[in-house]
Amino acid sequence: MTATLLQGNQACVRGAIDAGCRFFAGYPITPSSEIMEGMATMLPRVGGVFIQMEDEMASLAAVMGASLAGRKGMTATSGPGFSLMQEHIGYGAFAEIPCVIVDVMRGGPSTGLPTSPSQGDVMQARWGTHGDHPIIVLAPASVAEVYELTVRAFNLSERYRTPVILLYDEVIGHVRERAELPSLESLGVVERPQPNCPTEAYRPYGDGAQRVAPLADFGSGYRYHVTGLAHDERGYPTQDPRVIARLHERLHAKLQDGRAEIVSYEGEELDDAEVVIVAYGVSARAARRAVSEARRQGLRAGLFRPRTLWPFPDAEVNVLARSARALVVAEMNMGQIVYEVERCARGQAPVFGCLRADGQPLTPDEILARLVEVRAGEAEVSR
Amino acid sequence: MNTAARADYRRYLRLDMMPHILCPGCGHGIVLQAMLRAIWRLGLPQDQVAVVGGIGCSSRMVGYVDFCTLHTTHGRALPFATGLKLARPELTVLAIVGDGDGLAIGGNHLIHAARRNIDVTCLLLNNAIYGMTGGQVAPTTPTEMVSATTPGGALEPSFDSCKLLEAAGASFVARGLSSAPIDLEALIVQGIQHQGFSFLEVLSDCPTYYGRYNRLGEGPEMLQAQRRHVDWVAAPLADKAFVPGFADTAAVADVALQYGVLHRETRPELSEQVHRLIAASVGEGPT
Ligand code: SF4
Repeated sequence: MTATLLQGNQACVRGAIDAGCRFFAGYPITPSSEIMEGMATMLPRVGGVFIQMEDEMASLAAVMGASLAGRKGMTATSGPGFSLMQEHIGYGAFAEIPCVIVDVMRGGPSTGLPTSPSQGDVMQARWGTHGDHPIIVLAPASVAEVYELTVRAFNLSERYRTPVILLYDEVIGHVRERAELPSLESLGVVERPQPNCPTEAYRPYGDGAQRVAPLADFGSGYRYHVTGLAHDERGYPTQDPRVIARLHERLHAKLQDGRAEIVSYEGEELDDAEVVIVAYGVSARAARRAVSEARRQGLRAGLFRPRTLWPFPDAEVNVLARSARALVVAEMNMGQIVYEVERCARGQAPVFGCLRADGQPLTPDEILARLVEVRAGEAEVSR
Repeated sequence: MNTAARADYRRYLRLDMMPHILCPGCGHGIVLQAMLRAIWRLGLPQDQVAVVGGIGCSSRMVGYVDFCTLHTTHGRALPFATGLKLARPELTVLAIVGDGDGLAIGGNHLIHAARRNIDVTCLLLNNAIYGMTGGQVAPTTPTEMVSATTPGGALEPSFDSCKLLEAAGASFVARGLSSAPIDLEALIVQGIQHQGFSFLEVLSDCPTYYGRYNRLGEGPEMLQAQRRHVDWVAAPLADKAFVPGFADTAAVADVALQYGVLHRETRPELSEQVHRLIAASVGEGPT
């Protein structure tokens, strides 16, 4: 642990460099540009390549090109740029190319509120690209956690051969705070396994049993094909329904199998909580204050904070719904994760939203007021 | 450099991926063979060659060749290729794109790759139409020519991609023909040897759509027409209908359609510059 005064976006740069990121391509956009600027300075010092591309589509494409050549790569953007990256997120998920995409959320839709926070991209992070695809999305709530989850994002991306999205809001990106950074040894750094079979025997994609095949670097002696078309274990395009079904099942199963490692969350004051707040990112910080204030007033509140948004901690939320009288989801949008929580609750506890989408962060007071309303039975479900 | 008359290009084919998807008479296969012969002539180590494609009939060809092959998204082959080359400069990187792929949806990437002068050899196969999606008008379809989306003839003028790329900064610009495969092979050799962004427009033919919609005959007729109307140095463009990619203005009838190397200059190449910067920066400052 070392304590430093750091900005969220700077912590992301530090985490990326420490995790072994050696390629960055990006396009300027508020409020994520500090990440690109930081990478432009830091990467050459550690032997890494930095390039500013002509747009966000090109940025993620260049990152994936570099990743196939064996360099851990990252790009960073915000709402409009994140929309432009969606096609390539699907490409990366389907072709199984490790990469990290940072989306610093600002008010949307469209140009929206470029300098104001929002949590409006959580469903886009899950479903923004077309077609079925598994994805990992991590949501830090502090500067220290930005560092930690950036390292984790690279590790998960390499381990599961998938794009990982690091999703946080403008406040977390721009806040400067004292951050106790966890040691790199405690986090570990995952390096991509390389194949050691004869070149003719190499298959770039797993079969049913082998979930994640080792990814050979282009130029390392293994020649193979990568495509965004449905493909077989060799990477060759196929229309065979059995092969395609097996591919989709494997892609989903690889994250399902890894759930215990991938899904991460924190609980506070949950043991005896009658009302549980579910909150992530900066909203969780307001929620934490609301919980302690509620407890002071005799309302037994608790906080469940997913650090992994996708895959969603379904089972954990379901357990909470069984013991709590009500769940309140505090988020800075018109209602996104609240419906996910409602799905997981399976009717065992009513779910209420505490929502705000005006470019301002939720305050502890408004979350507290919502808790009081919910306990008094005066709140409407899911709103 | 391999000098034997007969190029052994079959070793570069993924025969287990055949049959291929190209139509009978399509000019693209000729271009692919010329590219493989060029690679053989240069004696490039097979493991150190990467071929990147976008989306379309031409880009599908990257799957059939036994190199490190990357079939990407529509229009985006060059940014993938840029990342690859910057990450591993020792690779020889080729990109195969189509005219719609490279000049419409991917036009921005094409001009920026040229401006950067990244050492990638880009073959833009121009058949003046979108083949894979069924024959719609392309930014290279000459005015008045018929396509699925211009049933009464195209209204818009078309791009001259070689002029565009020279203006954008490509340091090697050439035009080749599917009907002149030996010359094309020599052009590709020069393109690969050139340090910097090498752009080759290759006039190809799509009998299935462009030929059929415009009554230009089958593959052989379309190829013969290319030969009749274009020559190695410069020749009058007598019949625009057979030469995809040229505008239909009165002036064009007198303008010579040039093929061969059209532009060549020496200027700093990006991957070399980037890695020189890195070498000078490693260990510098707090990290
Ligand atoms: S549609 Fe046209 S371009 Fe495509 S393979 Fe057939 S002939 Fe060639």
